[in-house]
Amino acid sequence: MAVCIAVIAKEVCSYWAGTKACTPSTCGPAPYTFYLQVFGHFFFSPLFNQNYPLYIRSVPIQNELKFHYTVHTSLDVVEEKISAVGKAMADQRELYLGLLYPTEDYKVYGYVTNSKVKFVIVVDSSNTSLRDNEIRSMFRKLHNSFTDVMCNPFYNPGDTIQSKAFDSMVTAMMVQAS
Amino acid sequence: MADDVLFEFLHMEMVSHIYKDQASRGEMEKDRATCVSTLEGMGFRVGQGLIERFTKDSPSFKDDLDVMKFICKDFWINVFRKQIDNLRTNHQGTYVLQDNKFALLTQFSNGKQYLEEAPKYLAYSCGLVRGALSNLGMDCVVTAEVSLMPSCKFQVVIQKI
Repeated sequence: MAVCIAVIAKEVCSYWAGTKACTPSTCGPAPYTFYLQVFGHFFFSPLFNQNYPLYIRSVPIQNELKFHYTVHTSLDVVEEKISAVGKAMADQRELYLGLLYPTEDYKVYGYVTNSKVKFVIVVDSSNTSLRDNEIRSMFRKLHNSFTDVMCNPFYNPGDTIQSKAFDSMVTAMMVQAS
Repeated sequence: MADDVLFEFLHMEMVSHIYKDQASRGEMEKDRATCVSTLEGMGFRVGQGLIERFTKDSPSFKDDLDVMKFICKDFWINVFRKQIDNLRTNHQGTYVLQDNKFALLTQFSNGKQYLEEAPKYLAYSCGLVRGALSNLGMDCVVTAEVSLMPSCKFQVVIQKI
């Protein structure tokens, strides 16, 4: 059971600019890729191993399929790590997949809550300024917002996340991560 | 000051409202079952949300027994302001949680009076436990029994697929 919140923010400047063309000279430093996906487990489906996305967000929409694929393959690694719990460990998992594609580098980070909801963040490796503790704090914020979503009586566990508060938190996070 | 009883009063009203609602529609036969499952369903959803909040900062659980201990201690303290008094298991997926002074039953009686009304007031708590466990990845069936108030036993049977 995995809850994947996929938030992909590829190019923050193109996100800001909307449809305007974005060149390094106009947008400043190199744009970063950032993808976040939340996977849920509430709907029991024997076919799909109970990992299905509850929330996906990517800033530049192009190449989204590539990130879906990256995230789904990373789910296997997450499952491996979960099943390897033999001793008491913190429930924060980190996935460093490194060079997944020969053309671009991605760092894939994972996080699993006690309720088996999985958050996956994919960032561009050219974004070297994002340190480990920043990623951790991003996951904390995500977890806090997700908890708020869960406690919302209008949210049925298993639905896609429609909450505007959650959206705006993710947006703020993506902007900050640039 | 009066914080403790707020939930108890709300719970009492909830139960009486659900039963009044059903009674006004007639059909006494189906009433009992649907009322109980309505209350249980409410508890289920609340349990899911509560667990999300309570386990936010705690490390992941090693196994089922660890989860049950969490329910008996932290969860019960947060919801009912005391721990479970006794946890028994057969190590094959069945757990019995015994609470000698269940918070929602203390006002009823100290013995056998009103015993037949007790199950209505336990349905919500059963749902609470079931919701909490389901969000932690354990599908189970929770039933409660009362023989002498205010003590009651919750039986949790983990469904193995």
